[in-house]
Amino acid sequence: MLISALIQGGGHHLGAGEYVPLVPGLILLLPLLGFLANGILALLHGRASANAVREGGELDLGDRAGRPSTHTWPSWIGPGVMAGAFLLTLVNFIRMFGVELHDPVIMSYWTWMATGTFAVEAAIQLDQLSMIMMMIVTGVGFLIHVFSVGYMRDDPGYPRYFAYLNLFVFFMLVLVMGASYPLMFVGWEGVGLCSYLLIGFWFGDREKSDAGKKAFIVNRIGDVGFLVAMFLLFAEFGTLDFVPIFGEAETLAYGGGLITAITLFFFLGAAGKSAQMPLYVWLPDAMAGPTPVSALIHAATMVTAGVYLVARSSVLFALSPVGSATVATVGAITALFAATIALKQNDIKKVLAYSTVSQLGYMFVGVGVGAYAAGIFHLMTHAFFKALLFLGSGAVIHAMHEAYHQTHRHADPQDMRNMGGLKAQMPITWVTMWIATLAIAGIWPFAGFFSKDEIIWQVAAFGGAEAAPFPLLYTIVWIIALAAAVLTAFYMTRLMLMTFHGISRTGERESEHLHEAPTVMWAPLAILAALSLFGGWVNVPEALQTSWAGLGGALPTTEWLHHWLEPITEQAHHIQEATLGELGHTAPFGGGEVLWAFISTAAALLVVLVAIRIVGSKEIRDAAEDKTQLSGFGKLLLNKYYVDEMYDRYIVNTVRRKAEFFWKVVDVGIIDRFLNALGWVTKGVGWGVSMFQTGAVNTYAFVLTVGALIVLGVSVLI
Amino acid sequence: MITDALLLSAILFVIGTFGVLVRRNAIIIFLAIELQLNAVNVAFVAFSNLYGIDGQVFVFFVMTVAAAEAAVGLAIIISIFRHYETVDVNNFNFLKW
Repeated sequence: MLISALIQGGGHHLGAGEYVPLVPGLILLLPLLGFLANGILALLHGRASANAVREGGELDLGDRAGRPSTHTWPSWIGPGVMAGAFLLTLVNFIRMFGVELHDPVIMSYWTWMATGTFAVEAAIQLDQLSMIMMMIVTGVGFLIHVFSVGYMRDDPGYPRYFAYLNLFVFFMLVLVMGASYPLMFVGWEGVGLCSYLLIGFWFGDREKSDAGKKAFIVNRIGDVGFLVAMFLLFAEFGTLDFVPIFGEAETLAYGGGLITAITLFFFLGAAGKSAQMPLYVWLPDAMAGPTPVSALIHAATMVTAGVYLVARSSVLFALSPVGSATVATVGAITALFAATIALKQNDIKKVLAYSTVSQLGYMFVGVGVGAYAAGIFHLMTHAFFKALLFLGSGAVIHAMHEAYHQTHRHADPQDMRNMGGLKAQMPITWVTMWIATLAIAGIWPFAGFFSKDEIIWQVAAFGGAEAAPFPLLYTIVWIIALAAAVLTAFYMTRLMLMTFHGISRTGERESEHLHEAPTVMWAPLAILAALSLFGGWVNVPEALQTSWAGLGGALPTTEWLHHWLEPITEQAHHIQEATLGELGHTAPFGGGEVLWAFISTAAALLVVLVAIRIVGSKEIRDAAEDKTQLSGFGKLLLNKYYVDEMYDRYIVNTVRRKAEFFWKVVDVGIIDRFLNALGWVTKGVGWGVSMFQTGAVNTYAFVLTVGALIVLGVSVLI
Repeated sequence: MITDALLLSAILFVIGTFGVLVRRNAIIIFLAIELQLNAVNVAFVAFSNLYGIDGQVFVFFVMTVAAAEAAVGLAIIISIFRHYETVDVNNFNFLKW
């Protein structure tokens, strides 16, 4: 009764084809309230927690009964507000589901700022795209909050952790719900801040707080692009709201300089936030944060904000062939580049981090070829399986850490060379992570197969369009995308084999302490595993649905997501159709969608089997004994192409040298000296003049008289 | 007539000023200041003959202020004398840098 009342819209019956939102402001407000509540609890416990973190140790909170109340409440508040936000989003989603909503619903709460002709409303925009993003953010976010209850249980900063995590969700929702670029930018910066706070969560460790700073600074470079793009938009349209801008966008010249500049600057911002070349370097370092944070922020939601930005601005990007080509090219290069690095990493989270960078590259390839729905589709499936992979790795790290902690051994619990054979102790984690691995590798019928395949196919179709710009480029992008898919299958299989299969390298004594994650941790894994398995079925391409891949039409939907997002993407698609003509029907080397879907899944499956043979037959030593000296290309990959070293040498050090020059020479040497000299002169003059003050009455009387006489004399004479 | 009065006033003022400058005894300096004030009073009265009653009214103000000043000044001098047993202003130059 209550539920139907909620769905029906509080009593009054809705006419068909009308979407009435249900308190969408509350969706934003709930995580914010959670942040405030947890923040207060964190402050109450602040001193003890900060000291414990600084000492690098753990706060021994003992059993549950002995935990202070500041540590039990966040377990309910943190996931609780997320559950509320998710249910509310779900209600709104269901309400939007059945209606034909062509124009977005915009709800304005107050005027945020108004100066001259410039006015920004604190308004949220509810449409199909923001709804999908809200579902991902609150849904996956809720699961990760639940997982965190188990993962962070013994951490001294427990309430602070949930405060930051809630705040992150709030800003992420602002990002996807904002009805204008400035509001989106607020969320954009807010999630950046939370990312910084959570990467450096264990601030007692220098390396970790440095990683936080690196993420923050690299993101600032991208943000400059976002800002400049906003300025250009405002200069042209006089507004920054989405609806009027996209309405008038087509008055701009197709492929003109202005639209190209706007899209390129937006893409710079997106490349910073979504870790694309050449600004991807912060994401692998961001793994310094707690693993659930890596899952939520650095895999499932925040890093996809760039993809959302491009999809949201689809009209602008469709008008700029150069901008779109840049997006696709950078995405493809990043996808391949990061995938190769992931081949040789030994840290389980580093592999996943580079995998994330690579998959983000895929999404950009998708939105770069005008397949905005495909990009968002991959964003969604990736949120499922990458969150699952990260949470699974979190469960593994949790178990490894516990084992080392119990036996007082100091070894890296994240190094895969120290693992092996974990499937015996952690069967649930093992199974769910295999599901995610098969999904990310793009093997039928897992979620990744449908989303990745659609992107690869769209590249081929776009490159084969009648008037496609740079057709050769798109052929290359297509080949790269296929190659990266094969590499993905390889490095993920390697990760699974090194972690869960083969002989145990953890050590005999330590192995006894290895155990499966508690229910609160494996339950989210199971739900995400189901989503990784079935999540792709919401958007089965029409061509595949009737073929073997759709089980001859047995899979439930045909391009549901594609149709769902149509109100958002149709304008871009009209522009595309008008300028490029009809999309191609065959891949660069012949063959249609169904054939290439088969080839790619067969290739991925083959690579998984080959990887099992290669990695399985190789003897792996644990990290302390591993003296393998890689040479040539392997060494290059292990060291991540020395990109960080290159940046350090040519950018960081240059800036540092300049900063040191300005500090030591200009500031200390010139400015400070000048000011000090000024001070000394003033002091000296004051000292000299003070000698006139003798303290003797006669002197004063005499000077007074002489002064009076002089004044008198002067006034008489003149 | 007015010249004589002004001349008297000027002589008295110069004597007063001279006294303030050269004497060391605080009480004598005080007396000299009173002399200066009264020199000014003479000038006021002389001018009031020409310009109306305002000058004489002002003299009353000066006398009132002089009386108040004498009371406070003498109190300070007595207090100084009690502390140092001298009223020679050459001994008092503590109020400096």
